[in-house]
Amino acid sequence: MRKMLAAVSRVLSGAAQKPASRVLVASRNFANDATFEIKKCDLHRLEEGPPVTTVLTREDGLRYYRMMQTVRRMELKADQLYKQKIIRGFCHLCDGQEACCVGMEAGINPTDHLITAYRAHGFTFTRGLSVREILAELTGRRGGCAKGKGGSMHMYAKNFYGGNGIVGAQVPLGAGIALACKYNGKDEVCLTLYGDGAANQGQIFEAYNMAALWKLPCIFICENNRYGMGTSVERAAASTDYYKRGDFIPGLRVDGMDVLCVREATKFAAAHCRAGKGPILMELQTYRYHGHSMSDPGVSYRTREEIQEVRSKSDPIMLLKDRMVNSNLASVEELKEIDVEVRKEIEDAAQFATADPEPPLEELGYHIYSNEPPFEVRGANQWIKFKSIS
Amino acid sequence: MAVVSALVRRPLEQVSGLLRRRFHRTAPAALQVTVRDAINQGMDEELERDEKVFLLGEEVAQYDGAYKVSRGLWKKYGDKRIIDTPISEMGFAGIAVGAAMAGLRPICEFMTFNFSMQAIDQVINSAAKTYYMSAGLQSVPIVFRGPNGASAGVAAQHSQCFAAWYGHCPGLKVVSPWNAEDAKGLIKSAIRDNNPVVMLENELMYGVAFEFPPEAQSKDFLIPIGKAKIERQGTHITVVAHSRPVGHCLEAATVLSKEGIECEVINLRTIRPMDVETIEASVMKTNHLVTVEGGWPQFGVGAEICARIMEGPAFNFLDAPAVRVTGADVPMPYAKILEDNSVPQVKDIIFAIKKTLNI
Repeated sequence: MRKMLAAVSRVLSGAAQKPASRVLVASRNFANDATFEIKKCDLHRLEEGPPVTTVLTREDGLRYYRMMQTVRRMELKADQLYKQKIIRGFCHLCDGQEACCVGMEAGINPTDHLITAYRAHGFTFTRGLSVREILAELTGRRGGCAKGKGGSMHMYAKNFYGGNGIVGAQVPLGAGIALACKYNGKDEVCLTLYGDGAANQGQIFEAYNMAALWKLPCIFICENNRYGMGTSVERAAASTDYYKRGDFIPGLRVDGMDVLCVREATKFAAAHCRAGKGPILMELQTYRYHGHSMSDPGVSYRTREEIQEVRSKSDPIMLLKDRMVNSNLASVEELKEIDVEVRKEIEDAAQFATADPEPPLEELGYHIYSNEPPFEVRGANQWIKFKSIS
Repeated sequence: MAVVSALVRRPLEQVSGLLRRRFHRTAPAALQVTVRDAINQGMDEELERDEKVFLLGEEVAQYDGAYKVSRGLWKKYGDKRIIDTPISEMGFAGIAVGAAMAGLRPICEFMTFNFSMQAIDQVINSAAKTYYMSAGLQSVPIVFRGPNGASAGVAAQHSQCFAAWYGHCPGLKVVSPWNAEDAKGLIKSAIRDNNPVVMLENELMYGVAFEFPPEAQSKDFLIPIGKAKIERQGTHITVVAHSRPVGHCLEAATVLSKEGIECEVINLRTIRPMDVETIEASVMKTNHLVTVEGGWPQFGVGAEICARIMEGPAFNFLDAPAVRVTGADVPMPYAKILEDNSVPQVKDIIFAIKKTLNI
């Protein structure tokens, strides 16, 4: 009831700017929460898995919807900016995979840790950075979260360790963050993500071994979107049961298009680690609508029919929307309102990202060393010197 | 007189004192410490000082270290702080970097730096570049250490010097101790440094003992990273080296001194950031330069020194081209005669010095 009143007052306080329909919406009676069935996870070396039903509150539902829609529109805006050549270099988009980043964040605490590879914009957002600073980093401006020094693959936030460009390298890093969690004795876990392509990297198996040996609170998460760049999983892996590849590490295979399934699986995995049982492995079956990166149209190795089928049957935002509308957790109009707000937020962020100036040339040499008195860095020839400060 | 005062001070001991003939009280023998023990001491002190410091690597704990550098540390600090790893360089180096990102202060040992090649991506891409890529948000306070360069009879795959490779990369600091005092001061500075530091030790130096000056015995003894040391003053020629070859240069200097040639020997101590100013000041005094290193000549430490000297004020003071003494440009052979001639010997240094001085 309190939540309902809070929602109503939030809406009413915005009534001055919003069209009349908004006020009408506020007077409808929505359900506080609803129970949904979610897909059972395939298990490896586990007696039981996450629950097959879950309760979604209206508040959480609206929040997940807004977050997924924000990630979706942010990625589509990045696509647009890239085609206008305002974003350069690498740009790996995650539209289609929104349920993964939003669902995972819903299953952990802000004090837990997360590290992923280069398809990282969604996670950068769910871990707390604004669309503004993400887009401005993509366009290489001083207002970017890394002041334009990093770009698409090198964004960092509190308890979010990027953004890593070398395929697979982030996995031992994640195990190391988990080691620090255990060392500090604080009950925190580290979500260590990699793709189906990276899953064949040797260093991942080295990390599995040490994580299991030392019982590190590390959740290894394979985001299987069926293609490692242009190579389908069948052509890359002798075993495509990625959730079993940890061998002695228990694993589960999760529907990565269902935000609730991802949330429950993440909660389950985190509980496993927090109980001191050591690492666990989650495979999220998901799909990316875009190609591997903006340089890849994404249709030479898969059919347009396949992409269209996933869009129409398994789109994560559509799935959540249908659930919420059908169980009276939200109305179509209300969700459309959120769409409008999100679009505006993205538009404003894109405006900023396009108008903000590039970082000043004087800062080219900054941030070489941490905690160091200023020194000089050599430029393109011996007479060009840049000052370096920490 | 000393005997009398001793008698006055310690009447009970007077008989035994006389019997022990303590007529001349000699100064206490200077403290001799091996390079191995110096590194051990440095790590021990830093482990004690800061709970976040820990050591990981192959055989560092229960074996006491492949070269016994970490002897006694596991017994003292236990499994949490001294961690034996499986043979997984890329994995454990990555784990160490991740732990550093999350706020711990790891010392990651490579049994030799040859094996660091397996993990070099983690050192360069995950450690060295991160502070820059994150515009100062994410620091990586890690030390990578272990023996570097030629040993004795270990052949090609176990003898490479990585000073040039690691010295190439912005974001890294690279140090190369020669003697015991260098080793202790530099490992402590490296551990306290907030940046990724590569410490290139030398296996053949581990067992060599050096006099340990009193200040080196302090728990806060630090040698600044980025500062070279003039080991021997001279006027005729500047000889710059790092690691074990510093000793060879000093030997060469002793021999040449008898012929009236006074060499100024500089111990680089740090490869990156390199203390070019000390070298320049010396060359401006002596007008001649010879660099000495164990690594291969192409794109090496000496090549960098020569380039920097040409670019700076010291060039105009050179009376002869700068000369490099390096390892031979071959993979390290096994047979003793071949190996001996693949590393710079004292005679090679003397020859190069005389050539430069046109003697």
